[in-house]
Amino acid sequence: MTAATHAATAGEPPVFYLKDEHAHPEGASTMLGFWIYLMSDCLMFAVLFAIYGVLGGSYAAGPAPKDLFDLDLVALNTAMLLLSSITYGFAMLAMVKDNVRATLAWLAVTGLFGLAFLGIELYEFAHLIHIGATPQRSAFLSSFFTLVGTHGLHVTFGIVWLVTLMVQVGRFGLIAANRRRLMCLSMFWHFLDVIWIGVFTFVYLLGVLR
Amino acid sequence: MFNTSSLTSFVFGRLTWEAIPLHEPILVGTFAVVALGGVALLAAVTYFRLWGYLWREWFTTVDHKRIGIMYMILGIVMLLRGFSDAIMMRLQQAMAFNGSEGYLNAHHYDQIFTAHGVIMIFFVAMPLVTGLMNYIVPLQIGARDVSFPFLNNFSFWMTTAGAIILMMSLFVGEFARTGWLAYPPLSGAEHSPGVGMDYYIWSLQVAGVGTTLSGINLIVTIVKMRCPGMTMMKMPVFTWTSLCTNVLIVATFPILTATLVLLTLDRYVGTNFFTSDLGGNPMMYVNLIWIWGHPEVYILVLPAFGIYSEIAATFSGKRLFGYTSMVYATVCITILSYLVWLHHFFTMGSGASVNSFFGITTMIISIPTGAKIFNWLFTMYRGRIRFELPMMWTVAFMLVFVIGGMTGVLLAVPPADFVLHNSLFLVAHFHNTIIGGVVYGLFAGMAYWFPKAFGFRLDPFWGKVSFWGWVLGFFFAFMPLYVLGLMGVTRRLRVFDDPSLQIWFIIAGFGAFLILIGIVAFIIQIAVSILRRDQLRDTTGDPWDGRTLEWATSSPPPDYNFAFTPVVHDNDAWWDMKKRGYTRPLEGFRPIHMPANTGTGVVIAGLSVVMSVGLIWYMWWLALLAFIAMIAVAIAHTFNYHRDFHIPADEVMRAEDARTKLLAGSA
Repeated sequence: MTAATHAATAGEPPVFYLKDEHAHPEGASTMLGFWIYLMSDCLMFAVLFAIYGVLGGSYAAGPAPKDLFDLDLVALNTAMLLLSSITYGFAMLAMVKDNVRATLAWLAVTGLFGLAFLGIELYEFAHLIHIGATPQRSAFLSSFFTLVGTHGLHVTFGIVWLVTLMVQVGRFGLIAANRRRLMCLSMFWHFLDVIWIGVFTFVYLLGVLR
Repeated sequence: MFNTSSLTSFVFGRLTWEAIPLHEPILVGTFAVVALGGVALLAAVTYFRLWGYLWREWFTTVDHKRIGIMYMILGIVMLLRGFSDAIMMRLQQAMAFNGSEGYLNAHHYDQIFTAHGVIMIFFVAMPLVTGLMNYIVPLQIGARDVSFPFLNNFSFWMTTAGAIILMMSLFVGEFARTGWLAYPPLSGAEHSPGVGMDYYIWSLQVAGVGTTLSGINLIVTIVKMRCPGMTMMKMPVFTWTSLCTNVLIVATFPILTATLVLLTLDRYVGTNFFTSDLGGNPMMYVNLIWIWGHPEVYILVLPAFGIYSEIAATFSGKRLFGYTSMVYATVCITILSYLVWLHHFFTMGSGASVNSFFGITTMIISIPTGAKIFNWLFTMYRGRIRFELPMMWTVAFMLVFVIGGMTGVLLAVPPADFVLHNSLFLVAHFHNTIIGGVVYGLFAGMAYWFPKAFGFRLDPFWGKVSFWGWVLGFFFAFMPLYVLGLMGVTRRLRVFDDPSLQIWFIIAGFGAFLILIGIVAFIIQIAVSILRRDQLRDTTGDPWDGRTLEWATSSPPPDYNFAFTPVVHDNDAWWDMKKRGYTRPLEGFRPIHMPANTGTGVVIAGLSVVMSVGLIWYMWWLALLAFIAMIAVAIAHTFNYHRDFHIPADEVMRAEDARTKLLAGSA
């Protein structure tokens, strides 16, 4: 029998409800929920990676990665995104120290790095389209533009979210709700970094090798 | 600047008067009926001044119980549409012999079989399953709501928005003519240039957002919000199956979303993912869609298994046999469901070893499923069985589902599948499992939990009429399809050459008619039950002598579900409480912290309908405006930091005192 039954046989009346309930802190489940959301997002990227894995060699007599990718540019791009992750980390450290101004400053730096990343990516896309390597040209290019573009779209939304949060932190300070939101955006931002490392390795580095 | 025609095409995209199907008398008639009914409904709501009530108490609610009921209403309304499609197909196939073309042209017929599948899976089965989980799970785990109440409201409205987009296709433009999974290249821009496929895509994308978010919500709810004492292995089986289902939802719906995004890009941008040239690969789509699609059938059937488990235990007056094996079987099915997708297209030609792998994994699924069947049988064995309506559905399920399971194992043998692929045998098989498994389970669940939600039982007579209509109707409608499938008749045919087949289609049509009686009887059952609610009233909150926590509170439960959070010592928590002399607390109430209502979900979902219309009809300005508005509303919502309130202790006191009086009256 269960432990509770033992307790009851030991003479103690069973407890069937909480008389004296503590208030649950609001948003106690948000982190778990956000983690699960990130994993669902990760699955979308998994599909795009799988598609790239299957179609990435289907050039349809068009350009191949070797003809298109400029690794120096991609290295710069990657540096921008990785630096933005570090500066986001600094923003979180400032948040822990209850320093609103430093938090906002580091968030701004993060946003600028994000914008730089997006700018370089858009430049790369524009260049590819200009030389005729459009998403319509081959299945390889379709999957390349979609995988990298979806990541870029995520970064764009991340920046919109970041600006919103900066306004909210500026207006309402580092209250519990805002800390939780900063934490979620932090997870989102680092998640995009992890995805980018996959893109960088799998698409660009291996692409140039093959 | 603009001449009028380019201005018109800028404003209206490809929407013209020709898009209104005035040449289809069936659609015009349907539209007239729907429009009259809709106008009458809106007029009634206005006349009785119900708009404010509906908006405040229902549309903007974050109460998981009300959202659950709204999901159920959505599912039942869409069932009527999905079934109309079914009976039209049956009629067409029974008529179209001996040179007759039947009464549906190919353009219309192809839309009907596509819409039937899409509606039944996405907008009937999914809302009904989600609705039951929404209503019951928080009650079963002793919680006051789900983890993210606003998200719950938003999810519901996104599902509804998807249904609205789909329904619009009936009267403006057309729906897809591709079959319910819309394989490319048929569904690509070249072969399906019309708006039908775009309706399909945007309807599923919008609804898919809702489904994924509600999956996340319910996982977190089950993991985080169980009452004290309820360890994982003390959760009711329905909660366990709901957990597994929601894990599957989160693990598969993103794949559907991504796959449809790629198809969308092929159609709108001209990429080459699933095209037949420039390196595209249509079979990628088929693989991906089934990596979602196969788990989807388990998403539907697992909660039904949970419902049967609750009902078998309750109506046998016994603890569920083999609780632990039931849980492990559920988890095994959850995992295995991810490893079988390729059995939907053995004919792809992936070779003997790949086909063998997927054939074997498919057969293995029947083992945990069989274990469940035996568990239910042993639960009934030597039980004091009460053959109330929910129990009747459960027994019918066991008989019907086993047949479907066996034909499934048969189809899992690749050489047999090469013969039966895409035949009516397959159609009979999956209707056998979905009707016998999911639909019967949903009816069982509705009959079982209806008194919990409304405080009175469903009328048993009309319930039994509905039951026999569905059960007999199923056999008449689908057994002939097994025969036809074995004779080699393929699915989705509109006319037939061989007159000897006609008799089977007539029998199947008769079966569909019996199911119609089942559905009509169900509607009558609800109406009669509402009229006779005083005779059917249950004041105890526990009309079936239940075993799990949802029966511990009143029917319908108060907004806060439980005045005090329950503490659980046993699998059958409420049974244990009754056995060991639980007494209801009558004083010492405290204010209860609750989430506040919000209209943001309705607004964003409404904007998503507008955006979809813009995208479907190429009214780019409209799509862009609606998208920007959605983002703006979402951001504005985050500026609202006051999302909760407290129910004062004396209000809790009043509600609980009212219940005390009721209980005293019934005793």
